[in-house]
Amino acid sequence: MNTNRPKHLELQHIKFPLPAIVSGLHRISGLLLFLSLPLLLWTLQYSLRSIETFTLLSSILQSPLCKLFFTGVLWAFLHHLCAGIRFLAIDFDIGVKLPQARASSKWVLIVSLTLTLLIGVRLW
Amino acid sequence: MVNRVVTGAHYGLRDWVMQRVTAIVMATYTVFIAGWFLLHSGAGYEAWTGLFANNVVRSFSLLFLLSVYGHAWVGMRDIVMDYIKLAHLRLAIHVAVILALIMYLIWSVQILWGF
Repeated sequence: MNTNRPKHLELQHIKFPLPAIVSGLHRISGLLLFLSLPLLLWTLQYSLRSIETFTLLSSILQSPLCKLFFTGVLWAFLHHLCAGIRFLAIDFDIGVKLPQARASSKWVLIVSLTLTLLIGVRLW
Repeated sequence: MVNRVVTGAHYGLRDWVMQRVTAIVMATYTVFIAGWFLLHSGAGYEAWTGLFANNVVRSFSLLFLLSVYGHAWVGMRDIVMDYIKLAHLRLAIHVAVILALIMYLIWSVQILWGF
């Protein structure tokens, strides 16, 4: 390996391009969704099992901590979904060129955050 | 003709296809459930269990969860392969993820058919 290659590690100047940020968040949101699976399954179970567990669940979901957790999961899900649709489009050669790829990654961030806000407001 | 010798475990294309098929199943189910919530805002326990009493909905839900677990396996395996350098630890996490996903699958059947 050539160890004399130029280095540019000025952290103030290095910036991830937007598509890289969206891709990284796709990975992070996927990991978060995997980790929240047991809690989500438990929620589904309590919502279905009986009217008692359903009522208990509704009261638990009133706590701000729970609402914060579900808002986080909601964002992770929506971001993962939007970024996933973007990746599928790129698979079909749609939006592969740099300007379109930059624009679509911006839209992924905007749409997922807006939807999280809209549904989050109803949740709170 | 180039006589290309392919090496490796050969699961690349299969997993690439699986990740996309499961993604489409999950996206379709999401549209279905989101649509139900839009039409039944403020629905209580009766309406919610009424939805899942339908065997088509139960099966579609299990197909969705099955897709989640398959999708999660490929995604988690890729993450672990990328960041965990110690072979023993990597193997242990792979096994833990697989066992967890199989448990979730059994649990999912119990949830959907157990009320």
